[in-house]
Amino acid sequence: MPQGDYIELHRKRFGRRPDHFERKRKKDAREVHKRSQIAQKALGIKGKMFAKKRYAEKAQMKKTLAMHEESSSRRKVDDDVHEGAVPAYLMDRETTTRAKILSNTIKQKRKEKAGKWEVPLPKVRPVAEDEMFRVIRSGKRKTKQWKRMVTKATFVGAGFTRKPPKYERFIRPSGLRFTKAHVTHPELKCTFNLEIIGVKKNPNGPMYTSLGVITKGTIIEVNVSELGLVTPAGKVVWGKYAQVTNNPENDGCINAVLLV
Amino acid sequence: MAETMEVEVEAAAAAEREATNSVICQLADPEGNPLGAALYLPENASPKELNQVVNKLLSNEEKLPYAFYISDEELVVQLGSYLEKNKVSVEKVLTIVYQPQAVFRIRPVTRCSATIAGHTEAVLSVAFSPDGRQLASGSGDTTVRLWDLNTQTPLFTCQGHRNWVLSVAWSPDGKHLVSGSKAGELICWDLQTGKPLGNPLTGHKKWITGISWEPVHLSAPCRRFVSASKDGDARIWDVTTRKCLICLTGHTLAITCVKWGGDGVIYTGSQDCTIKVWETTQGKLIRELKGHGHWVNSLALSTEYVLRSGAFDHTNKHFASPEEMKKVALERYNKMRGNAPERLVSGSDDFTMFLWEPAVSKHPKTRMTGHQQLVNHVYFSPDGQWIASASFDKSVKLWNGTTGKFVAAFRGHVGPVYQISWSADSRLLLSGSKDSTLKVWDIRTKKLKQDLPGHADEVFAVDWSPDGEKVASGGKDRVLKLWMG
Repeated sequence: MPQGDYIELHRKRFGRRPDHFERKRKKDAREVHKRSQIAQKALGIKGKMFAKKRYAEKAQMKKTLAMHEESSSRRKVDDDVHEGAVPAYLMDRETTTRAKILSNTIKQKRKEKAGKWEVPLPKVRPVAEDEMFRVIRSGKRKTKQWKRMVTKATFVGAGFTRKPPKYERFIRPSGLRFTKAHVTHPELKCTFNLEIIGVKKNPNGPMYTSLGVITKGTIIEVNVSELGLVTPAGKVVWGKYAQVTNNPENDGCINAVLLV
Repeated sequence: MAETMEVEVEAAAAAEREATNSVICQLADPEGNPLGAALYLPENASPKELNQVVNKLLSNEEKLPYAFYISDEELVVQLGSYLEKNKVSVEKVLTIVYQPQAVFRIRPVTRCSATIAGHTEAVLSVAFSPDGRQLASGSGDTTVRLWDLNTQTPLFTCQGHRNWVLSVAWSPDGKHLVSGSKAGELICWDLQTGKPLGNPLTGHKKWITGISWEPVHLSAPCRRFVSASKDGDARIWDVTTRKCLICLTGHTLAITCVKWGGDGVIYTGSQDCTIKVWETTQGKLIRELKGHGHWVNSLALSTEYVLRSGAFDHTNKHFASPEEMKKVALERYNKMRGNAPERLVSGSDDFTMFLWEPAVSKHPKTRMTGHQQLVNHVYFSPDGQWIASASFDKSVKLWNGTTGKFVAAFRGHVGPVYQISWSADSRLLLSGSKDSTLKVWDIRTKKLKQDLPGHADEVFAVDWSPDGEKVASGGKDRVLKLWMG
């Protein structure tokens, strides 16, 4: 017979001592005070460890309480009225985030009429010509210096063919050419990877605009047909302007904000 | 027969007079039954003359308009020029099918007569009453609104639902209005005060996807209706006792569409790819139509328009008693149905539609393919001659209602087409789309008749009033628009 079991046996035979439960209650009641005494007195690493342990215990206790609360109280199933009502035939269809704010198109039209663009980045750092272009020396003795290579990101249209090297004044390196931009819709706070249609305006000058150079602050036109924007007359909007917000030549991608 | 002879003689004489060739023609009704014997018709006979011949042969007292079809193509020119154009042999007997047309003509809607704001959330369903005098709309703001059509102002705001009102349905006698919500409850409304009649009818565990009333020719004061729900059950309710009579269980997934047929059976289409046919006294399953490869989205019956409008037609009659109404409705129903069994068409997520004759066989009559996206809504024309289907591929397609053959595609919408509605004379079709416009299509020319922009956002629900005067549309921009001719 294992030694500990004699105690069990004794208890079975004679019961506990008469004041056992009262003593136990009192001990339990004092326990919290005792623990708080320790918590106050403990110093250094021991104090830290104790505090951590107590914190974990308390958090656990709170969680258990909350769980009990949840299981006992009867709550209604989620039946509050949500925004964005859809008819029954669209209820089970997955809803894609649709970028459609119609008033935006109206706002945009008004702005277009006013001829002024209120853009997210109103001022840009001017880029000097020698930063924008690198001189390329040509000729047998490398004495001619009329060729330039664009050192910034560029957009080159789909149908572009390079001129013969003899006549090509500006080289737009294919490594820095971009066809897509990450465009953020400022009100919907969602970002789409959209195709670039063209460069509308480069603030550094019309020459850069015509070359399709994309620097920070450039207004580009992007293809938004995927977003399904529609004018009030029911026509599809497919081109919209966006302003570049990063330095594409440093980052290797174009981030832009849609102008709405 | 004497008449036939007469006409033949007349025709022959005419042919001689004009010294033109004649063609041997056999007139036949849409079911293919010949009308009289084959006749010699002069080549310069146009549909107008054919009309006279048919009216005479059928000995109609009033002259009725007919349209003529040769091998499913409408005859609009003289016979001779048709033959020349299509290179048809003159020596064969030419079968000309005549189709009775509506005696009245509905003006196409051209303008927006009123834009009524009122709902504070998207309008999810609109429905004209069968007599076309009342209009109800259900919205995402948990209310049903009744509108005054004469002054074009809100009449009542019916509050009582706890969630979006997904469907509203008028009884075919126009005396009751029931709406179903996303919370799964149904409410009958008092049309005089706009208050709910008693407590909501509860029983469905999920949202209501469709409501359909028992046709008025089966029971005179309308009492029973059936509702379908996302939880996979359909329930038959009684409005007077306000109880659920029968629960039709059997579908394993949500029921998307429910129709109460004119023969007293209920059709349910479900996301479990089947269509089930139920008997209505005990709720027994009598047939299961299988064939679709994906969800069944929409069902339509060839007699649906008559079932919906009950005894009311374009003449604006009043009925003294329910019995009278029942009689007239039965007459209308029998006339519409003819001898053929009721046809059912189902549109599905597998981009196809099936034409069924559930009373005859459990196999589909035809499969209608051609859409490139899911078919959201199908609708039979009021005369049962055409089927129109609205699809998310931005097109509306028109099909022959008896054979299921493809007739035409209406392209023009730039977004998915959500809902369609026919004018009562079957000559015009209305479609509402996600691209925020409504479009009216001419069935005869198969072209766009009218483009109706005006909504600021997606159009969720359209309805053409049975009397043809008005069109109501509602959508995500929260306004209800009324359009007129």
